[in-house]
Amino acid sequence: MVTPFSGGKAELIEQAQEVQGRSLWVDARRRLFRNKAAMASIVLLGAIALMAILAPLLSAYSFDAQDYNVVSCSPDWWPDSTVICNAGGTHWFGTDYLGRDLFVRVLYGARVSLTVGLVATLVSLLIGVAYGAVAGFLGGRIDEFMMRFVDVLYSLPFIFFVIILMVIFHRSLFLLFIAIGAVEWLTMARIVRGQTLSIKQKEFIEAARAAGVGTFSIIRRHVIPNVVGPVIVYVTLTIPSVILAESFLSFLGLGVQEPLTSWGVLISDGANQLETAPWMLVFPAVFMAITLFCFNFIGDGLRDALDPKDR
Amino acid sequence: MLSYAIRRILGAVPTLFIIVTLTFFMMRLAPGGPFDSARRLPPEIEHNIKAAYNLDKPVYQQYLIYLDDLAHFDLGPSFKNKDFSVSQLIATGLPVSAEIGISAMIIAILLGTGLGTLAALKQNKASDYGVMSLAMAGITIPTFVTAPVLTLIFGVYGLNLFGYEITLPVGGWNGGAFHNIILPVTVLALPQIAIISRLVRGSMIEVLHSNYVRTARAKGLPNHLVVWRHALRAALLPLVSYLGPAVAGVLTGSLVVEQIFGLPGIGRYFVQGALNRDYTLVMGVVIAYATLVIVMNLVADLLYAVLDPRVRFD
Amino acid sequence: MSTPIFQVRDFNVRFHTPDGEVHAVKNANFDVHEGETLGVVGESGSGKSQLFLGAIGLIAGNGTVTGSVKYRGEELIGATQNRLNALRGSKITMIFQDPLTSLTPHMTIGTQVMEALRIHQRVPPAEAERRSIEILELVRIPEARRRMRQYPHELSGGMRQRVMIAMATVCGPDLLIADEPTTALDVTVQAQILDIMRDLQKELKTAIVMVSHDMGVIAGIAHRVQVMRNGEIVESGDVDKIFYEPQHAYTKALLNAMPRIDDPRHAGHLAASEAIVKAETLLTVNDLQVRFPIRTGGVLFPQVKDLRAVDGVSFSLLQGETLGVVGESGCGKSTLARAVLKLVPKSDGAVVWLGRDMGTLSDPDLRRLRKDLQIVFQDPLASLDPRMTIGHSISEPLKAQQPHLTRAQVREQVRDMMARVGLEPGWINRYPHEFSGGQNQRVGIARAMIVRPRLVVCDEAVSALDVSIQSQIVGLILKLQQEFGMAMIFISHDLSVVRQVSHRVMVLYLGRVVEMADRDTIYRDARHPYTRALIRAVPVPDPKLERAKARLILTGDLPSPLDSRAQLTFMKSRMIDDPDAVQYRPRLLEVAPGHLVAEHDPV
Repeated sequence: MVTPFSGGKAELIEQAQEVQGRSLWVDARRRLFRNKAAMASIVLLGAIALMAILAPLLSAYSFDAQDYNVVSCSPDWWPDSTVICNAGGTHWFGTDYLGRDLFVRVLYGARVSLTVGLVATLVSLLIGVAYGAVAGFLGGRIDEFMMRFVDVLYSLPFIFFVIILMVIFHRSLFLLFIAIGAVEWLTMARIVRGQTLSIKQKEFIEAARAAGVGTFSIIRRHVIPNVVGPVIVYVTLTIPSVILAESFLSFLGLGVQEPLTSWGVLISDGANQLETAPWMLVFPAVFMAITLFCFNFIGDGLRDALDPKDR
Repeated sequence: MLSYAIRRILGAVPTLFIIVTLTFFMMRLAPGGPFDSARRLPPEIEHNIKAAYNLDKPVYQQYLIYLDDLAHFDLGPSFKNKDFSVSQLIATGLPVSAEIGISAMIIAILLGTGLGTLAALKQNKASDYGVMSLAMAGITIPTFVTAPVLTLIFGVYGLNLFGYEITLPVGGWNGGAFHNIILPVTVLALPQIAIISRLVRGSMIEVLHSNYVRTARAKGLPNHLVVWRHALRAALLPLVSYLGPAVAGVLTGSLVVEQIFGLPGIGRYFVQGALNRDYTLVMGVVIAYATLVIVMNLVADLLYAVLDPRVRFD
Repeated sequence: MSTPIFQVRDFNVRFHTPDGEVHAVKNANFDVHEGETLGVVGESGSGKSQLFLGAIGLIAGNGTVTGSVKYRGEELIGATQNRLNALRGSKITMIFQDPLTSLTPHMTIGTQVMEALRIHQRVPPAEAERRSIEILELVRIPEARRRMRQYPHELSGGMRQRVMIAMATVCGPDLLIADEPTTALDVTVQAQILDIMRDLQKELKTAIVMVSHDMGVIAGIAHRVQVMRNGEIVESGDVDKIFYEPQHAYTKALLNAMPRIDDPRHAGHLAASEAIVKAETLLTVNDLQVRFPIRTGGVLFPQVKDLRAVDGVSFSLLQGETLGVVGESGCGKSTLARAVLKLVPKSDGAVVWLGRDMGTLSDPDLRRLRKDLQIVFQDPLASLDPRMTIGHSISEPLKAQQPHLTRAQVREQVRDMMARVGLEPGWINRYPHEFSGGQNQRVGIARAMIVRPRLVVCDEAVSALDVSIQSQIVGLILKLQQEFGMAMIFISHDLSVVRQVSHRVMVLYLGRVVEMADRDTIYRDARHPYTRALIRAVPVPDPKLERAKARLILTGDLPSPLDSRAQLTFMKSRMIDDPDAVQYRPRLLEVAPGHLVAEHDPV
């Protein structure tokens, strides 16, 4: 109701009467909080990330300190173990074949794997979003051509080209980021383009044009907020793929170089020692599996929260 | 239908062309590769490479000869192995990889479709959650973890099941004996089973809620006919689209599997070639793989048109 | 009184949703008798569909059903799945609203029609094929034998609905439940389908349940009627009783709200004010053409044909005048509107606004012009950005046109506009998904009107709304038009509503004008055969009138606009029988002052 009073007081009363609406983001956040699996995953992931950051503080050992007195010994509590580390120090996860403390190495591995995950995903995000948005928005022939290019690349087992790149140009962490990012951008581009296309055809875009809103403002105000949702979901689901890709490369010996270590390297080494020192495989594998599970649950949770349909 | 098929085939050709050309130029740019004048190689290999690549001729002629060779399946000599040409190496490795790969694909498709359909029919009940959890595990646990674990269980320790002691060999090809290929095929198939079952489940659920399935039910068709005749074909369409990426996934997985189980397939040649910097071998394998994937995508496209009449009249 | 074959007692349907329990059908009690047609009327949320889906066991997974439903004395609730399957499709059949998605895409028409025969009556293939062709001919599908081998996507919507009817009657059912079977179809196609159903009933003596929100459809086909609201049956009885002596308040309100094509000022409705005299000409459209290239033909030599969506339309509009634009799907009315507003590029012709040719305007000039030209869309939810508050959406044109306004000033105007369209100004920060369709349409109208445009295009603005809401929104639009003195182009396929709001009416067919005249003339003295067929086909909520109507029905579907012979459908004497030939173009003749009619063969 428009009040008969004039002046500031009326406006205050008005504003007090205005109900705050339930935006879609608020709705989504509520749904996400209700998703127990996703919330538990967020907590768990946060814990792992924290441990990775605080790695040097959490263990007395340095990650590359080799101690030939405690080569390949298991933690005290390991069942049926013949070689227990009882050097007085605490090797919670045991040691590897060079006597290096496994616990601290797993945490340092976490650092590398998570960083690769985030940075490579960022690379793919930037390339993919730019490419997809341009294709989707320009539409027509340009879009057809750009998407045909993506289709061509999509049909190649890209990992092979990554391997070739690693072979030719020698391994470096930087190249790793770029190479893996270059693998994942294709799907990101497709998703962004698909979303942009579908938003572009929606009637509220037409309404904005009819109102006289300029193209740039339309993109800023209408297209981007509506595209952000699925992109976030996909980013969360890309990170585990990237971590897996990195570990795959490390397993083949083409990943991270010494002295750095990642979960992939640890798992690869551990797989070789499976009969004699299974803990070398178990701990990094479990950590990686948990991390991947968490990202997947969070991604699924975000997807359901932002676009609930009958599952 | 014919025009659709022709169009698809015509579309595949440029892709192949691009790969072949890319490979050609990448080889020439690689430092330490066959074309790096600073390298030093044993004289026999040097001689082979010179002869094979006609290094005294201008580049565009080299390119044409390269294309011509490819058409005759001649991929040049191995960079590191003086006795063999790349084609020979691929020819020896192909049957091994093919047997493992095809078996894994077939199992993955059958099992994945079955599990996915089951999960969709029993949506949100116990069996649905069970299948989906297994699928999640299958996707997140990498092959190079499942392989050693399974080897440990079945190979080293042996499994005691219903009084039977099951021990499987931990490696070696053994001419493709059944016992030797069970583990590698299983490891290779697991991630694909997981992905396919998720895919089919989602698609089947959507189809089961569609209007034409409602019509089929309204006609009084029993449930199994509704699923078999009306729902299944439509639900399989996304699976057909996935076939290309599936083959790519199996190829990628084979690298690990052949390494761990010591199988003399193309994948192992590829990895060793990569580590040894055997450029020509690596490039040759990539071309072979890429061709395979492109052909697979083509087959998938044609299969799609068979399943969905709407696409044929494009 | 014939025997009841379908008896429903104390029937309830409940759904368990995450937001609580929804009681969709409450204590329904009624009978369906042999050979009669029962009309079930209700708006959205009335439960009319769920009632029958539940009765024959097709309810969704989270729904529960209680009560009794008896078919010829046999209890259906709690019957085994096998028994239900045996009855469904053979004795009790159902057809649905959306023919475009209700047939299995990968099975041929023949297979789907024969399926029912083979399953229920174990008819051998040859015999099944013969009977299927028979029933397809009965539902007036031309070239039935050829159609048997075609796939659903090769048929039009009207054809597909006929196939659905064929599938549902091929086993000779006792009861056919039709859930809004014609809602998604064009008016002339709807008339054909209803005619087919009436004939089928006479031949096969099938009882029909016709569920619809359209009381005109019900009036033309039902013997008895029951009215539903919020899950309850509020009134039922003989069709004449219900329409001429309604008892329940809701029934009366529903009848009052329905626009009637034969009487624009029915029951005190607002209607367009009397003729506009001496007003200035705002808009002149000259020979407007909009063409879209369509790729057809083979792979190696693809041809590009032009789809003439708008093919030479001319008209002018005076201040304060409303031009109604009617036509069926594919006639180009929406494209025309968008071309006039320059939301879609024109291929030829001129659009002149206040003396200035819009095609020659620069971009900034064009943007300023938009203040005068606004549009209200059909789908209220789709035309609002779901991530913006409704206040934000309404203010957008205002901020674009008058960027110098302060935030407080903008808010003031938005609140004012909201009150005018009947929305609580306190809702300014709410989001579209929190409102109903009708309320969202008010938001759309507020957004269009806030800049006080001189011309508003309403593109099927009320077509997606329930009847009772529809009349409110129409009233609102008319009120605002009078307040602000706007001109209006009102596009709709619903001729009754168009009659209510327009001063002049333009009838389009495949992109061309076939008739244009002032409102009363069009409806009382239409000359072009298409206009006459269109008007005759509109069902009127008056059973006696409907029964007495001599049907002048167009046979067949709308021809493809790419076929050049299509434009001479009403002038076959001059048609060249070649789909690619350049055909004679019927001229638009002025048969009386202000009354234009396209040339046609005498009827």
